Amino acid sequence: MSIILLQSVSTLGAIGIPVLIIGSLGLIFGLILAVASKLFEVQIDPRVEEIISALPGANCGACGKAGCAGYAENIVNGGEEINKCAPGGAAAVAAIARIMGISAKAMEQRVAVIHCSSGGYNNTRWKYQYEGIGSCKAAVNIAGGPNSCSWGCLGQNDCMAACKFDAISINELGMRVIDFTKCTACGACVNACPRGLIQLVPYNRNVYIKCSSKDKTPDAKAVCGSTFPCVGCGLCAKKCPVDAITITDNLARIDYTKCINCGICATVCPTKAILDLLVGIRKKAEIDPEGCIGCTICAKACPVQAISGEVKQLHVVDKEKCVGCEICVSKCPKKAIAMV
Amino acid sequence: MTYLGEIFVMAMTAIFIQNFILSRFLGLCPYLGVSKKLDSAIGMGLAVIFVMTLASAFCYLIDIFLLRRFGLEYLQTIAFILTIAALVQFVEMVIQKNAPALYKSLGVFLPLITTNCAVLGVAILNTGMLRSDGTAYNFLDSVLNGFFSGVGFTLMLLAMAGIRMRLEMVEMPKSMKGMPIALILAGTMALAFYGFMGFKI
Repeated sequence: MSIILLQSVSTLGAIGIPVLIIGSLGLIFGLILAVASKLFEVQIDPRVEEIISALPGANCGACGKAGCAGYAENIVNGGEEINKCAPGGAAAVAAIARIMGISAKAMEQRVAVIHCSSGGYNNTRWKYQYEGIGSCKAAVNIAGGPNSCSWGCLGQNDCMAACKFDAISINELGMRVIDFTKCTACGACVNACPRGLIQLVPYNRNVYIKCSSKDKTPDAKAVCGSTFPCVGCGLCAKKCPVDAITITDNLARIDYTKCINCGICATVCPTKAILDLLVGIRKKAEIDPEGCIGCTICAKACPVQAISGEVKQLHVVDKEKCVGCEICVSKCPKKAIAMV
Repeated sequence: MTYLGEIFVMAMTAIFIQNFILSRFLGLCPYLGVSKKLDSAIGMGLAVIFVMTLASAFCYLIDIFLLRRFGLEYLQTIAFILTIAALVQFVEMVIQKNAPALYKSLGVFLPLITTNCAVLGVAILNTGMLRSDGTAYNFLDSVLNGFFSGVGFTLMLLAMAGIRMRLEMVEMPKSMKGMPIALILAGTMALAFYGFMGFKI
């Protein structure tokens, strides 16, 4: 009986001592960590977490910060503007505004546009056949790029690879097409293009110069495969009713803060280098005879002098001259002008 | 042999002849997982050096003053992993509080290697290692061995990251991209390091 008791005591010891030692080791470590977690506690603003969950989480870097978490921290601690997130758009701005308790100022919606009409299978003049690494950044380093135009699209699709939102695709002609409904204006493709062909423009402007060539007149025509180069003739700048176009280095550029979307530049361009998405579907202004009080404000505001009429008389829009800029619509004090 | 010579032998052994990744095949998870980019590989490597050195020191003390005294060597694995995990958590808290900049570059990697086999491996191997005169490692030996093992690990991680970044640009069959080519690469590197085996210093 006593032997069995002794044995059980020694068995208890053989198990008990290790359990005791390892158990107390764990207990001590646990206590140390518990104390340390109080002692070394770092206060994190709960708003940072909330903003991170409100942001889209694409980490695209459009805000200029290192990812969404970096942007959230900058909003809370650095006083950063809350409207820098392009992919999140108005929804994200509203959410952040609610978290931060400040009023929302939504960012103007923009889209990326490629300023080149070459780069496809049959509209590019090649200097040599490029067979290297499939990247524009690599191709542009070899003898100034494989295409004859040293400003044009290299066709290796760096922009497509950079797009996180699947907004850039290749059409049947090998051209890169940007889907404006998917584009979030994050600017990744703008940075990816070694030729700097892509620009962010306001979503509601539909006239683009589809060329980035700074070559002189005959050179630009000779090297462009698409035959639609900007030759810097300056006709568009002359005809633009609001002086939104400037020619620098033989290249026309549209100032979208001034552009009224009229598309006159596209009609006068001799090389058809300006693309007007609204051509054919642009509406004309019409004055409602009931509402017009003859104040002449619309006639004065019209950039193309398409509206005529005497003071206190009914005004009429010349449909031939009207370019559909909608300026008169916004100026009319009686809201008597409609686009039809 | 002088002590300096002893340290040199230890360093050469830990870094080249008995490299943790390529000869002992420990720590393969971060070796394949965190070797896609050079800057994250550097962060991971520094974290591993740091944790390996600390783990060697603390596990040596636990081994000598707790396990050996009570004859509990068979509980080495449990005791060591407990120590290392608690230690890394503690260090992480201290760094986060006192050195936010260091925490940003190192912090994300620390929890990843809390229970890494390379870290546990160095602690366990230290207990069985012998110096050239046949005596067991003392405290300083263990710490130095931990440090050099970490350096060896980091060097291989950086080499792997460098090669993999170059491989990104290479055209290869789709089925070979990513992990398959990384495994072939790891095998080739291990074969190259096989040449160090049998070196007598």
